[in-house]
Amino acid sequence: MLKIRSLSVQYGERPVLREVSLDLKRGEVLALIGPNGSGKSTLVRAVSGVIPVAHGYIRVDGQDVTHLSPMQRARKIAVVPQAISLPPAFTVWQTVLMGRTPYLNFLGQLSQRDKEIVNQALTRVQALHLAQRQVGDLSGGEAQRILLARALAQSTPILLMDEPTAHLDLKYQVSMLHMIRELAHHDGLAILLVLHDLNLAAEYADRLALLAEGQITAIGSAGEVLVADLISPTYGLPVQVVSHPLHGRPFVTALGAPQV
Amino acid sequence: MSRYSNVIILIALVVALALSLAIGSVSLPLSELLKALTGHGNELADSIVWKIRLPRTVLIALTGMALGGSGATYQGLFRNPLADPYLIGVASGAGLGAVVAMSLHWPYSLWGMMAVPVAAFGGALLTVTVVYMLARVGKTAPPTTLILAGVAISSFATSLTSFLMLRSEGELHRAMSWLMGGSIQLGWIPVLAILPYLMIGLTILALSGHALNLFQFGDEQAQQLGLNVVYVRKVLLAAASLTTAAAVSFSGIIGFIGLIVPHMMRLWFGEDYRRLVTLSILGGASALLVSDVLARIVLSPQEIPVGIVTALAGAPFFLWILRRVKSQEAG
Repeated sequence: MLKIRSLSVQYGERPVLREVSLDLKRGEVLALIGPNGSGKSTLVRAVSGVIPVAHGYIRVDGQDVTHLSPMQRARKIAVVPQAISLPPAFTVWQTVLMGRTPYLNFLGQLSQRDKEIVNQALTRVQALHLAQRQVGDLSGGEAQRILLARALAQSTPILLMDEPTAHLDLKYQVSMLHMIRELAHHDGLAILLVLHDLNLAAEYADRLALLAEGQITAIGSAGEVLVADLISPTYGLPVQVVSHPLHGRPFVTALGAPQV
Repeated sequence: MSRYSNVIILIALVVALALSLAIGSVSLPLSELLKALTGHGNELADSIVWKIRLPRTVLIALTGMALGGSGATYQGLFRNPLADPYLIGVASGAGLGAVVAMSLHWPYSLWGMMAVPVAAFGGALLTVTVVYMLARVGKTAPPTTLILAGVAISSFATSLTSFLMLRSEGELHRAMSWLMGGSIQLGWIPVLAILPYLMIGLTILALSGHALNLFQFGDEQAQQLGLNVVYVRKVLLAAASLTTAAAVSFSGIIGFIGLIVPHMMRLWFGEDYRRLVTLSILGGASALLVSDVLARIVLSPQEIPVGIVTALAGAPFFLWILRRVKSQEAG
């Protein structure tokens, strides 16, 4: 579905991503993990087309998307950003409606179908009852669901999510990740997810990719990626990986102070 | 209230148009006015309405439409509640362009007149580009730096304008009286001269609601949602500047309408730019018509420039918005 090969990105002279290659399949949740500044968000931004690619290609179903217009690209790839600094005066309905942008004509007219899709997207994230509320009045968890609904309204086969659980409490984190897994396994979306919490990644993602200094150093199942020999040097922190008593997946705990 | 927004704003416009036609040094009762408009009035009323009042009213209404529409667009594009064609210096830049054109010897014909907005457009585009580049921090222009850059560039343009006027002896008077809004003596020619530019500019602005909504999410999200941010921003800046330029060409520099009107519309009818731009266009016409009527009657029979009225009402309003922005930035 999504195929990235030798992708390199630079900010000025500084390389931020180096020769990144990965595949994302239909119906799969791939969690992107790595320390701060390792290039996770940059990868999301590069794939969504808001920063230029220095080298390499990004293909969706065999088609190179780096030369597509923003509108064509937004029909293939949707992004769920972090729920910070949304325009507070818009209603939830208006916000989700923005997801229909790549399908509107130049007059910006809405069809009945657009409205139905917005309704479905809101229903999908269990937020239809919020439709007429102003975004500024929502809790962090609600706002994050609205952004997910907006991305769903784009009707794309691929979703990119930049730390969708960053500002949520435990309950909202779990419910958001449940929703994400459903969307992949049930609706067949291909989802690339930036996550900080290694243990949530282990629990909800089908595969994990570890990013360190702009390079992918490991990719595979939680058991293959979450091993102390990889995680400790990458994060500069002694860790121990144990098997979780309930589901048996790897569970990472920090041991002592970081090596600064 | 937002459901009836169009009706409310259209009624306001009709009332404002009627006031503008009826009130002046010769006051016309409504019955006389209707007779004259349908061509059944006496000779004096006919000539007052058709040769003086109507062209002036139409010019003022068009100017108000331009200022309201471009104000709403600048505010949306810069994500900045203080953006206004006057405060960000575009109007002064357009005025400079217009005076440069006028200080040359150009004919009084319609074609000669139609060249003035083009020169004003050049001045407006130059100003908005310079101001935006000066004020930009990352990809947004914070309210205060935008206004500071606008004020600086605006004073520069105004000084150049005054300098040009002082140098060009014969043409000085004409340029001066135009920039003070004196072109109302010219009948229908100014109206016809700006109409094509306004039609183009206002049509683009009226269709830009969805794009302006997208800009409120920031450039990055707007692009991820499918908007060609770089291209659309250029088109809208050009359209808003063309509209401002057309307004300034024959009505002079009129401040604050482009600031107040979009704000009132936003307060009353909500944030959605799909409606906000159109409502600001129509509301701008009403607001400037009423200001113009006031300008005619405050010191009657003498008239004062309409820009004085809008500034008297607008400056306190500007300070009020500034306070709100400050408290929002603090909270």
